[in-house]
Amino acid sequence: MKDINQMPKKNPLSFQLNLQSFEQATEDEKALQQRMRESTTFWKDGMRRLSRNKVAMTCLVIVTLIVMIALFVPMFYPYSYDQMLGVSQGATDASYNNLKPFEFGATEQARIANGEKIFPHIFGTDAHGRDYCIRVIYGARVSLAVGFFASIIVLIIGAIYGSISGYYGGKVDLIMMRIVDIIYSLPDLLMIILLATVLNQTLRPVLDTALAGTPLAKLGTGMISIFIVFALLYWVGMARLIRGQILTIKQQDYVLAARSIGAKGGHIIRKHMLPNCISVLIISTALQIPSAIFTESYLSFLGLGVNMPMPSLGSLASDALGGIYSYAYRLVIPAVAICLIVLSLNLLGDGLRDAFDPKLKK
Amino acid sequence: MDSKLAFYIGKRIILALFTVFLVITITFFAMKAIPGGPFLSEKAPSAAVTAQLEAKYGLDKPLMEQYTTYLKDVLRFDFGPSIKNRGRTVTALMLEGFQTSGKLGLIAAVLAVAFGLVLGSLAAVFHDKFIDKLIMVISTACVAMPSFVVATILLLLLCIVIPIFPSNGSTAGGLILPVVALSLSPMSYITRLTRSSMLDVLGQDYIRTARAKGVSPSKVLFKHSLKNAVTPVITYVGPMVAYILTGSLVVEQIFAVPGIGKYFFSSIINRDYPMIMGTTIFLATIMVIMTLLSDICYKIFDPRVDFN
Repeated sequence: MKDINQMPKKNPLSFQLNLQSFEQATEDEKALQQRMRESTTFWKDGMRRLSRNKVAMTCLVIVTLIVMIALFVPMFYPYSYDQMLGVSQGATDASYNNLKPFEFGATEQARIANGEKIFPHIFGTDAHGRDYCIRVIYGARVSLAVGFFASIIVLIIGAIYGSISGYYGGKVDLIMMRIVDIIYSLPDLLMIILLATVLNQTLRPVLDTALAGTPLAKLGTGMISIFIVFALLYWVGMARLIRGQILTIKQQDYVLAARSIGAKGGHIIRKHMLPNCISVLIISTALQIPSAIFTESYLSFLGLGVNMPMPSLGSLASDALGGIYSYAYRLVIPAVAICLIVLSLNLLGDGLRDAFDPKLKK
Repeated sequence: MDSKLAFYIGKRIILALFTVFLVITITFFAMKAIPGGPFLSEKAPSAAVTAQLEAKYGLDKPLMEQYTTYLKDVLRFDFGPSIKNRGRTVTALMLEGFQTSGKLGLIAAVLAVAFGLVLGSLAAVFHDKFIDKLIMVISTACVAMPSFVVATILLLLLCIVIPIFPSNGSTAGGLILPVVALSLSPMSYITRLTRSSMLDVLGQDYIRTARAKGVSPSKVLFKHSLKNAVTPVITYVGPMVAYILTGSLVVEQIFAVPGIGKYFFSSIINRDYPMIMGTTIFLATIMVIMTLLSDICYKIFDPRVDFN
């Protein structure tokens, strides 16, 4: 380092800074500039806060476990959800119907007597001789899938609608938000029951003829109408939330900067605004999943949800209601599963909210 | 201020009226969109009989004429005859069912608000003590439970395993469990709402002032705190009524309560379209009115809220 006195003298007429008026930094001051630790990113910070939340972490473990079971167990489980064990033996064998947990049908008992090992029916079988354990697992898979995809639909529609409304403002915003207000004030569950009833009737002929054999036909009218209903009605809450976020982000200088170099509205929304409300997007999507599962189980309970023989937790509970006096466990198992899934997803969503956006906390 | 309030109320009433109109319109056209019409569900009657039936119910007229007729009829609270219950009108069936359902829902709502307020205040007063934690754990667990799950579990525990309550809801004693099943989730929600807003209020300076000048603890709690903490609960009344009414459709089915849910459920299965339309419009109107009232009350009770 050069000595300060050896620095070139400032020409008094020049606008240059006078180098001699600077002092050299002391060692203490230099130490202040050192980075003591790695700077954290948004994700690291949020994950750190989330991992400190014991309730949320427990729920995360439970949810992961349930998702894993629902995804992978049906792959190697020896029975399938629609296989009527009595029928598959050749002639109809009534000894497979209504088995208690860990009981076996007549031919299975004979095979066990011969020394064969047979995978037990952990929760017994239902009135049609179908293994109840795999039906519950498959039902959980259906419920989770409905919750997940319905939330994705809500997220996409809500984010697009809300950001357009918030970004363009003025008359566009006014009209778009009045539409949201009206849909918001409709009693959602009643409208869902109505639309599901109608769609069940109108979609069936279409699925049976034009779309026969496609994956859509396999999903069944009930599932499709649930998705349509969610796409029609449930996005309004998300749209409101996103609009509010966009309205505040719109005031930021980087948006002004982007606009001043001629970026188009769509580009600004996609590249600058939506990434900046990512926490709200994640949290509200996470909290949407349990509400979608709730709605699906309610509809299935009313008989408007998934189509037979596909099970969902709601339809399993509804079917079990008839045999409640003799086979109470068949009602308890799906009921407990619904509660566990909805509760742990709710608590996990709350935990995500606290971790990623403490301002949102009520 | 007052003119602003009046403007707000007027705006909300117009929105509510428009919502009801929209519900009627959606319901009408949704039902018309179903292929086949209401008479195709059973053993298909001959073409002549179908034509006669359609003429009887006015289904042979042009769609818009049917729509305006239906609108006029709904305004007179006439939802036409039920197709499956021969000789009865939808209005008569609904009113008969709603006598029970309304009673059930009202008791459930009152219970939910009363217990929710008490438990929530209790939790806030004993903040971070054992009682608070107990109340919070139970209410967190209960708020997520769908009412039909609560209902089936109650049915199983208290009617079958330990038979102390009748499982048939047609008697007065049989209404206890449906009420509990319906009110548990809203009660837990109100408990949580009350607790958080009470904690907010209890930390305010004016509460400390009131305590410092020697106001009795009960007066501080009821007059100074609860009165200010109750406003968020008012906004929840609208959604709560919606929850209880839709929940009761299923809960009534589980406990065999002869309410509006019985007709609604069977009308969905039997495809009794006038009944589905009537029940949807009737229940939706009640929900819209309750939301309107709770929103207006909120603005009146809490003058700090701005009118946007």
